[in-house]
Amino acid sequence: MSPKATAIPRQPMREQPPLERIGNFEEVPLGYTEEQARVEAGRCLQCKKPKCIEGCPVAVDIPGFVALVHEGKFAEAARKIKETNVLPAVCGRVCPQETQCEELCVLGKKGESAAIGRLERFAADWERTQGLVERPRTAPPTGRRVAIIGSGPAGLTCAADLARLGHDVTVFEALHEMGGVLVYGIPEFRLPKKILREEIDALRDMGVKLETSAVIGKLATIDELVHEDGFDAVFVGTGAGLPHFMEIPGENLLGVYSANEFLTRANLMRAYSFGEAADTPIARGKRVMVVGGGNVAMDSARTARRLGAEKVVLAYRRSRDEMPARAEEIHHAEEEGIEFHLLTVPVELRGDEMGRVSSAVMQKMELGEPDDSGRRRPVPVEGSEYEEPIDVAIIAIGAGANPLISSTTAGLETNRRGYIVSDPETGATSIPGVYAGGDIVTGSATVIEAMGAGRRAAAAIHQHLMEVRRSTEARAEV
Amino acid sequence: MNEIIAKEEIAPDTYRYQIYHPRIAQKRKAGQFVIVRTHDGGERVPLTIVGSDLTAGTVTLIFQAVGHSTRELAQLGVGDRLLDLAGPLGQATHIENYGRACVIGGGYGTAPVLPIAAALGDAGNDLIGIIGARTKELVILEQELGDICSRLEVATDDGSYGHPGFVTDVLQALLDEGEPIAFVLAVGPSPMMRAVANLTKQRAIRTMVSLNPLMVDGTGMCGGCRVEVGGETKFACVDGPEFDGHQVNFDLLMKRQGTYKPEEQEAAAHGPHCRIGLDAAR
Ligand SMILES: Cc1cc2nc3c(=O)[nH]c(=O)nc-3n(C[C@H](O)[C@H](O)[C@H](O)COP(=O)(O)OP(=O)(O)OC[C@H]3O[C@@H](n4cnc5c(N)ncnc54)[C@H](O)[C@@H]3O)c2cc1C
Ligand code: FES
Repeated sequence: MSPKATAIPRQPMREQPPLERIGNFEEVPLGYTEEQARVEAGRCLQCKKPKCIEGCPVAVDIPGFVALVHEGKFAEAARKIKETNVLPAVCGRVCPQETQCEELCVLGKKGESAAIGRLERFAADWERTQGLVERPRTAPPTGRRVAIIGSGPAGLTCAADLARLGHDVTVFEALHEMGGVLVYGIPEFRLPKKILREEIDALRDMGVKLETSAVIGKLATIDELVHEDGFDAVFVGTGAGLPHFMEIPGENLLGVYSANEFLTRANLMRAYSFGEAADTPIARGKRVMVVGGGNVAMDSARTARRLGAEKVVLAYRRSRDEMPARAEEIHHAEEEGIEFHLLTVPVELRGDEMGRVSSAVMQKMELGEPDDSGRRRPVPVEGSEYEEPIDVAIIAIGAGANPLISSTTAGLETNRRGYIVSDPETGATSIPGVYAGGDIVTGSATVIEAMGAGRRAAAAIHQHLMEVRRSTEARAEV
Repeated sequence: MNEIIAKEEIAPDTYRYQIYHPRIAQKRKAGQFVIVRTHDGGERVPLTIVGSDLTAGTVTLIFQAVGHSTRELAQLGVGDRLLDLAGPLGQATHIENYGRACVIGGGYGTAPVLPIAAALGDAGNDLIGIIGARTKELVILEQELGDICSRLEVATDDGSYGHPGFVTDVLQALLDEGEPIAFVLAVGPSPMMRAVANLTKQRAIRTMVSLNPLMVDGTGMCGGCRVEVGGETKFACVDGPEFDGHQVNFDLLMKRQGTYKPEEQEAAAHGPHCRIGLDAAR
């Protein structure tokens, strides 16, 4: 290891300044220049036994691609990542690198870790903007048909892998656009939709059929897909699409949203251009309260700010250290003037005579004994209530399992919370030929974990289909 | 798919479309709805499936061009395609033989009543129908409902046709006459459904209503469609749209339906295109 390498500081990424960006929905970080990327890549120690790879749920060859960036072979770097990660431009932007690859980076022990996420983003963006993206080669058709339900990262990854292996793949998506949370949840300023659309176009180029407005369970059940439409296998990647509310008084007042609704209106329906390019309205609060401490809460708060809120309060029941959001999102939210009310929860929402939310009664909490998750449980502080005037409240405390599929699929085993039970290695469910992965199995997790699950299921489905083929061929020969 | 095969103006600003979508036509059951979008940037508009033709592979939708998005929809003609058509959504109506049942439609709410009436009729119910409208020319589906019901009454607010007054006046009269009505289904504007429910509650007649809160996805993902039934929060798009009329919090429903009045008005005043009024489910 060269002493020089560690002396170079971690390269900062250019960003839109906070005061400017709260007036638009464009992306906040602007990415590395070629020069910056090469300098940053040069910081990597190229460890013999790279720890970082262990932190990556899909085991990207991190030192390998970083070395290529350092050599200026940017397109090659992108292709290296794509050997295991089909959506690098997305992951470079949304993965919680600080708790995955970058957390284990040896450089981080003494100073700052290599900026792996930023380099991933750079390589993928470079390949795309230079028009150097190669259409993945697909194997000769196998004649086997696979239905993928849900077009989030789990479904898209599974579809891409299976198409590459020569299977005939159809993706069924309930909404009118493909992408799952990447399109309806994560805002434009964090993940430009154009990037996603290009990834989806690439899938189409590979021969994957994409059916939007296809609500499986309603339009067709899994049983019908298999027995009437002739699909040989099914992958369920329907996500955690059931918003949780707090179950406190006043939650049905006007101006109270689930984060899913607020973000869907803003992102999928583009309500920020209501009255111009879009017809779906959204309440533009002046004083907004967001409840929660994850990425969803940060996205909601920052979206509300961009919609013109003068004050955005983010109430979180634990302390800052426990916030599950990506560090960068917390940092960006603070820069944008989001006020964190930590160790605080609303216990009641109050409304005006029109039924519109007008204030929240807030309760202070303190941390008590550790709970099942090992985190200290917040307990209310007696007599600490105060009233916060608000005109919009956004509840971002998590999501559960949407029962559309489980309630219409006989024999599909779910756990006590309604999530589909599937083998962590293969995604196999209680029904032969039916696989599942992503948030519908794990509960709300991350993009990269959903992708990992989609990939493992694709491998298992491939194996299953080939075995079925071999056994039917064997039977045909007798 | 999604092509408009036939279009008909069945009353002023009220249209009947036959739309090609064989799969929905085949799968749909009484009480279910679809969500349509006409153009990029357009709203997701929920509309009840009024019927289907299995041979032609079409579903029938009836809507009134009352708001921005339904007016956009009315602009389309035969041969045009809806950009998106998702369904069939929501729970199918619970159908059983009640004996004598009464189906009540108010305004273009009469359209969703039709498939439910047909299913109730098929199950052996003897049906009385009541259609209400503001004025004579807004009475729709009189013939179609007449074919299914053994008795059909019409009421107009202005007295221009049928009984002068509201559907509840007719229902009251029927009950006073001693009609042994065991079940009531009412669909229409929220105040009308509430009035029906209040009336039948006194007599403990089981009453279902079909609610039309604002919706976004229609799959239970956003919770925007939440309604209060029996003190519990329900998502109308997946738990409904039909609920026990005696348990529904109509006051909350009506307030929530008006959520975007200020935004709509402002857009109407400043926006490049006119957006007066709210689009409701029907
Ligand atoms: C606002 C927000 C911000 C987030 N930020 C981050 C982040 O920064 N980093 C990160 O790693 N993770 C983040 N996450 C989490 C991450 O997005 C999810 O873990 C991931 O998207 C799960 O992928 P999935 O494929 O399992 O499901 P989803 O992305 O939820 O996709 C499921 C898809 O299935 C469709 N579907 C559901 N039911 C049906 C049906 N019956 N028929 C047909 N289609 C159906 C849905 O419409 C949806 O499009 C965020 C989540 C949210 C909501
Ligand atoms: S419309 Fe979104 S949950 Fe019902």
